[in-house]
Amino acid sequence: MATEESGLQIHPMDQFIVKPLFGDGPLMWYTPSNVTLWMLLAVLGATAFLVFGTRHKAVVPGRAQMSAEMAYLFVRNMVENVAGRDGLRYFPYIMTVFVFIAFANILGLIPASFTTTSHIAVTAALALTVFISVTVIGFVKHGLGFLGLFWISSAPLPLRPVLAVIELMSYFVRPVSHSIRLAGNMMAGHAMIKVFAAFAGVLGFGAFVPIIAIAAVYGLELLVAFIQAYVFTILTCVYLRDALHPSH
Amino acid sequence: MAIEGNINEMGALIGAGLACTGMGGAAIGVGHVAGNYLSGALRNPSAAASQTAMLFIGIAFAEAFGIFSFLVALLLMFAL
Repeated sequence: MATEESGLQIHPMDQFIVKPLFGDGPLMWYTPSNVTLWMLLAVLGATAFLVFGTRHKAVVPGRAQMSAEMAYLFVRNMVENVAGRDGLRYFPYIMTVFVFIAFANILGLIPASFTTTSHIAVTAALALTVFISVTVIGFVKHGLGFLGLFWISSAPLPLRPVLAVIELMSYFVRPVSHSIRLAGNMMAGHAMIKVFAAFAGVLGFGAFVPIIAIAAVYGLELLVAFIQAYVFTILTCVYLRDALHPSH
Repeated sequence: MAIEGNINEMGALIGAGLACTGMGGAAIGVGHVAGNYLSGALRNPSAAASQTAMLFIGIAFAEAFGIFSFLVALLLMFAL
């Protein structure tokens, strides 16, 4: 086919362009774009996964019920182990975040789809929600005692102010690293697949090498899509634990 | 031979390329975490399953600094 014309003309970052779904008018906040579409699909997919999975409530679970129950127990055990028993009050939110991110990541792997979580705007919204709510929970539960998170009482006294500054800085860097980790991993993986695809377009008959590489990278990306959802959720649990038990 | 172009853009792109060396540090960090987890898990396999969460938290924190270098590269390429 048109191996000569395509090739590296497809820019690997083109897949991340936000486009309106209908026509090419200006992008306003109410314009239905490809981000809106794939976010909606992620929400619908997650809803279908959990609602249809738990519809029959069979004693011997079928495949759909099995996977829905596995996802539920997986997140529940994670919250209980990392954030503690009192963290279970916030389990519904953490479950929502996990299922949404996992679905958005995995739907983004469909060829010609759009990965909503590869945009820092999306992940920053998720991470800032976690950051702000965790800080509010900390202050509501412990009042000013929440500041004990920064005052490490097990360290020697002269060292504590220095450590307090470092802890404060690392606290405010949290939403940055929390959001960019997810967006960066998703973006890098998808750009890598596109770069290999462009090699396949250039090489002609030698294209089987990059095609095998794409297949391998695709398997890796499936793993990364799941692991990044897991990492985002487990870090949410870690931050929640810090808010619930601020003393070191 | 005269070289044409914008020297600011050149500097920004070279800086973005240099920021990629940060990946090496993150790679060492992630490898260290995973390797130590594995050696600990082989010494005491019964305790390994309970520590996988710590493994991923450690990897995530080590990875964060590689991601900051990615962020610097992005800022240099698109925000300057």
